[in-house]
Amino acid sequence: MNRRSIPLTAWIGFAGILLAFICAIFAPWIAPYGETEIVGDVWQPADAQFLLGLDNLGRDLLSRLIYGARTTLFVALSATVLAFSVGIALSFIAAVSRGMIDMVLSRLNDLMMSIPTLILALVVLAVLPQSLTVLILVIAALETTRVFRLGRAVALDVAVMDFVEAAELRGEGKLWIVFREILPNTLSPLLAEFGLRFAFAILFVSTLSFLGLGIQPPTADWGGMVKDNKDGIIFGVSAALLPGAAIAALTICVNLVVDWLLRRTSSLKGGRGDG
Amino acid sequence: MGKLLSVRDLKIEATSYPPGEPPRRISIVNGVSFDLEKGRVLGLIGESGAGKSTIGLAALAYGRGGVEITGGEVTLDGTDILKLGKSGIRGLRGRRICYVAQSAAAAFNPAHRLGDQVIEATLRHGLLSRDAARKRALDLFRMLGLPDPESFGRRYPHQVSGGQLQRAMTAMALCPKPDLIVFDEPTTALDVTTQIDVLAAIKHAIEETGTAALYITHDLAVVAQISDEIMVLRHGDMVEHGPVRQIIEQPVQDYTKALVNMRSIRHDEAPDQSGALLRMENISASYGDGVPVLHDISLHVPRGQTLAIVGESGSGKSTLARVATGLLPPSAGRIEFGGQVLPPARKARSRDDLRRLQLIYQMADTAMNPRQTVREIIGRPLTFYEGLRGSARVARVKELLDQIEMGSGFIDRYPAELSGGQKQRVAIARALAAKPELIICDEPTSALDPLVADGILKLLLRLQEEQGLSYIFITHDIAIVRAIADSVAVMHGGRLVRFGPKSRALAPPFDDYTDLLLKSVPELEIGWLERILATRRRESAGH
Repeated sequence: MNRRSIPLTAWIGFAGILLAFICAIFAPWIAPYGETEIVGDVWQPADAQFLLGLDNLGRDLLSRLIYGARTTLFVALSATVLAFSVGIALSFIAAVSRGMIDMVLSRLNDLMMSIPTLILALVVLAVLPQSLTVLILVIAALETTRVFRLGRAVALDVAVMDFVEAAELRGEGKLWIVFREILPNTLSPLLAEFGLRFAFAILFVSTLSFLGLGIQPPTADWGGMVKDNKDGIIFGVSAALLPGAAIAALTICVNLVVDWLLRRTSSLKGGRGDG
Repeated sequence: MGKLLSVRDLKIEATSYPPGEPPRRISIVNGVSFDLEKGRVLGLIGESGAGKSTIGLAALAYGRGGVEITGGEVTLDGTDILKLGKSGIRGLRGRRICYVAQSAAAAFNPAHRLGDQVIEATLRHGLLSRDAARKRALDLFRMLGLPDPESFGRRYPHQVSGGQLQRAMTAMALCPKPDLIVFDEPTTALDVTTQIDVLAAIKHAIEETGTAALYITHDLAVVAQISDEIMVLRHGDMVEHGPVRQIIEQPVQDYTKALVNMRSIRHDEAPDQSGALLRMENISASYGDGVPVLHDISLHVPRGQTLAIVGESGSGKSTLARVATGLLPPSAGRIEFGGQVLPPARKARSRDDLRRLQLIYQMADTAMNPRQTVREIIGRPLTFYEGLRGSARVARVKELLDQIEMGSGFIDRYPAELSGGQKQRVAIARALAAKPELIICDEPTSALDPLVADGILKLLLRLQEEQGLSYIFITHDIAIVRAIADSVAVMHGGRLVRFGPKSRALAPPFDDYTDLLLKSVPELEIGWLERILATRRRESAGH
């Protein structure tokens, strides 16, 4: 792979994601002010000292955006990775085993999917103690159902191919068949799904924070910041739009990279066409 | 008779998109010329990729997706149809030139009745009134020998057989009384016993209506029955063009000679066929629904010999292979391998049992993981069964590549970078890597071009001689059976119709089915079709 084969869109996506991660990791050093530090008037407009202005409590918006990247990214990324690990493992087991195991797993999954996600999340989060771990687990559990659906479908698609049967006839174990024969041939749709799910996770964290059940104040996170500052819109203060724009930008960047990855894996030597 | 279709210096190109490289123009047809007179039939023959279908479609002024006609002219009655506008072409297709596709099942709309589809083009062009078109369709159904011609048009595509569907498609092409019909491998997807009926119907209809035709196929024996002239194509070039008799009896070019003299493989059957490496006794089997697919089948393969299982699609021959490999445990009967009883289910068999019995698939494309290189594909059985690793494994893979006549240069290729014949060779190497005693070959050559298939068969025979391998060779092609088998099993409707040494199984007296099967295989002989049909008529009159 050479650098010139990476399209401009993917570079933009990389740059955006990298920026978000730099903000998240080095927040205390980059941010001009503290996360919860009150530095001026409520909704003070932007000037040379406060580049993006202040929020509803007089905290620096730029600093909070930088700190917010931390929680938002951490929660969304860990929830998505968790959802994919569990979802793919379960769905592939279901697809390869068929029969009773497939039946039980699939129906359980249907059961989970039949409850509206937001309502389920609200109920569970309201009951359970509020912590980041619980939040991540709940989001991951909900995402897992979607990953399971897709994973089972693509794995079934590949599992009926002759080369899988040939591996079974050779006497290969289930693990070999899942990881060496099936998984490499399902990467394209799964990668695309990863990008989508990551974006949805960011939105979901934001939604929950907006409703007051996500990340708790005073910790900064982008969804919560929209909520905090939404009243300002009535007075013509654009403070709520900035974290909203950050969410949109990160989502788009993730999808730009995924688009490129998708095209790359499907045009690999030996790829199965534009899956 | 005047010239109907004249193709001059036809050039067709396409853009290919090789992975990881910039797109590049490739030439599909390089300057082919021919003339076709009214009422004559020209056979276009060649292996896949020869450009024969592309030329056929160019006669309709059509280039399939991504294909572009870049030079030359195609004139129909003096008009260059490549220069016609959209409406001009529309007035031509389905009216003066019609097309019969290879897969009629995919070409008919499953949601409409056959009768309506057959007359659709005729009505659209306003050639006949609806009633007149219906009547014409009825005449055509009769001419093509379709059952219940009166009610045939009311059926849906899924309610008739493949052979009938192919004839319905011919009726659709004939309905507007075109000057020219392009037949694109109309019988390739059919069983031999069905193929002969469709061939006879097409030939009869062409003679009755006096239409001219381009007949595209890769089977020289088929084209010899139907055409007046033959044009041999290879890699988009014309190799040889002449009357049928000249091409078949005095071919000039080497390539044509190779095509004509194919099936030169000879293998004399083993005199002693008493011992058995694999013995299947009273096998019955069914898929999940309980409907039996195999009924009480007993046969055996002696060590170092080849058993050919022959029958048409649906006869249960592939199911028998699945039973032998343990993929489908039989509902009754037992399997012995090397004198010991083999567990019926794959999961109950030991690793060594699995190693000794290998399977080669019909479609090499799907039988190999597209994300693994040849090194991994052939190397895995070595690691799995023998624990070979590192340089010892590489050396053995290279040795196997030499055995299949490919050479170690292919070791880092992906399946997508191999041709059809090379893929099948790699599949053979993968089977060999296990050091098997018996290889079950499930139609390994039926998806390949004749000359490539020939090479595969020769390779299999050579390996048998060198390594004392036994084969079960599943096929629908009697010519292959004659060429390579020691013993033959004929299957029909899940039953074993005939089993024995080749010399006895393929010699009279025959049962009805074997007789039909043997007589339906086209022979490379002018007038074969008429002769067989005449025999059939005599026999049915006699009964």
